[in-house]
Amino acid sequence: MDEQYDVIVLGTGLTECILSGIFSVEGKKVLHIDRQDHYGGESASLSLSQIYEKFRPGEPVRQSLGRDRDWNVDLIPKFLMANGELTNILMHTNVTRYMEFKQISGSYVYRDRRIAKVPSNEMEAIRSPLMGLFEKRRMKRFFEFISNYEEGNPSTYQGLNLDRNSMLEVYTKFGLEAGTKDFIGHAMALYLDDDYLTKPARETVERILLYAKSMARFGKSPYLYPLYGLGELPQGFARLSAIYGGTYMLDKPVDEVVYENGVAVGVRSGDETARAKIIIGDPTYFPTKVRKTGKVIRVICVLTRPIPNTDNADSLQIVIPQNQIGRKHDIYIAMVSASHKVASEGHYLAIVSTIIETDNPLNEITPAMHLLGPVVEKFVGITDLLEPVEDGTKDHVYISKSYDATSHFETTTDDVKDIYERIEGKPLVLKKRPVDDEDNFTA
Amino acid sequence: MAVARDSTSSTRFAQFKLVLLGESAVGKSSLVLRFVKDQFDDYRESTIGAAFLTQTIALDESTTIKFEIWDTAGQERYKSLAPMYYRNANCAVVVYDITQAASLDKAKSWVKELQRQANENIIIALAGNKLDLDGKRQVETAAAEAYASESGLLFFETSAKSGENVTELFTAIAKRLPLETASSRQRTAPKGVDLSRPNRRAPAASNNGCTC
Repeated sequence: MDEQYDVIVLGTGLTECILSGIFSVEGKKVLHIDRQDHYGGESASLSLSQIYEKFRPGEPVRQSLGRDRDWNVDLIPKFLMANGELTNILMHTNVTRYMEFKQISGSYVYRDRRIAKVPSNEMEAIRSPLMGLFEKRRMKRFFEFISNYEEGNPSTYQGLNLDRNSMLEVYTKFGLEAGTKDFIGHAMALYLDDDYLTKPARETVERILLYAKSMARFGKSPYLYPLYGLGELPQGFARLSAIYGGTYMLDKPVDEVVYENGVAVGVRSGDETARAKIIIGDPTYFPTKVRKTGKVIRVICVLTRPIPNTDNADSLQIVIPQNQIGRKHDIYIAMVSASHKVASEGHYLAIVSTIIETDNPLNEITPAMHLLGPVVEKFVGITDLLEPVEDGTKDHVYISKSYDATSHFETTTDDVKDIYERIEGKPLVLKKRPVDDEDNFTA
Repeated sequence: MAVARDSTSSTRFAQFKLVLLGESAVGKSSLVLRFVKDQFDDYRESTIGAAFLTQTIALDESTTIKFEIWDTAGQERYKSLAPMYYRNANCAVVVYDITQAASLDKAKSWVKELQRQANENIIIALAGNKLDLDGKRQVETAAAEAYASESGLLFFETSAKSGENVTELFTAIAKRLPLETASSRQRTAPKGVDLSRPNRRAPAASNNGCTC
């Protein structure tokens, strides 16, 4: 370990592993350390025994749940948008070759105390109980506007300016009802609160387009999920990094970051010190250099039956828009099952999550828990959302953000790009790895 | 793993994932390089830039086996091999160096790890490499062979340098692979979405099962 590296990365969460992979491919000498004995950091997937150890140390694993090795329980509930940036990065780096993906079977939204499927095509839209006939026509006109909108062609603008008009003004122009706004803003644009309404419409329109294009890519839902759990993602990028010469050390204590004149120059573990000009890490390695931006509750629930009223879907997302239950933030349910190789046969894993608003977070998620049906086992996690205080240009310590409460990885890949640009002073440009690269052993 | 049948010539084609395990510097990559390219390099550096190599074996006139061979990419060095590595592996070659007694102990612990983590029906071969250095031998053939047979492993002593027993090792594995059950299971197994579809080079290399 007592060597000079270009980059030292602390923690093997997804953000860190993507950056490690990118820098190794670019030819940098990378040392990647995790103080835990497994990959994934805060974004790991754990076996049952690891989950019990984490949430209820000392308690035996419930026998009825079957074999430990059949379980890969995500700590963070997220899905990949089929047309999103993580999918793009996976394909550019060929990391897709180490993994297999499955679709998430359905996307649901809570409205008027029941759940309904978010339509995945025109037929489903016509049959959908989510809105009446006249509202469907108004919504159709709204979607025609969005899909026909062409930058630089004012005849498609319908008198709207996406950079000046707020999203609320756009909704008003098409005469959409409150429930429809909830549906579009929360189940399609996937906003967690209503702050977007008063902001310029462009970002919302882009999010709706991402949703629609992701939906169109494979059908059923806009989401993809890796077999064996989300923890495969950091492992895949770690493998990419290793293939390009990155050195991996798990279960390695990190005693301190070494500074000279206020600038980080290395990392000490016991009596060994690795040196590098760039140190990257997740917030848990830098408690004094991060601030809290919020708190998230995530409740991992084990079920033996599919969630009621979902046509026995083997996987799904349910969005409970804040307005529907008198909150400021949406509640999400993300469910996957044995068919994704994350649970033993006959079991389903649902994670209920939201941003905490009161002193009694368990009470806040009751409306979601009611939708699940019988819960066999439950693990409650409450986590601070952390972000770096400084951008790292002064002390050369570049810290990632915590995984937030959104349902997908778009903010994670934003963070990857942001950290890359802070380090390199230029935006990340992904080059396609030649397909044959891996088929050549190079001496 | 995928099995396909060409209806016109009644030939059978099956693809299997093979993983390499063993301590650093026992010659894992060299064995594969000999098998795939029939090459050897005395001063080979640790593996860089290679994730997997593929090589086909014609088992008989009507059966072709394609190995997708995964290398550890050096992640075994500090006990940091990702569980992803073993996932869906159909076969494994666990390598030790006959001139280093400790490397057999390490190989035994990899076998245990495979039995704990990998598919239950994984086929494991134990390979005692560097047979060309017989004069410096520390591991007796009989001892390794006894361990292999009591653990249900295929066993070969090999030399990546001379090529001795390398093809024999991989052919023995190919012969043990469950071709018939593989094909029937493949037809019923649900298939995930193929994100990299545009990147596939040939239909035979894809995992889409039957190509007829």
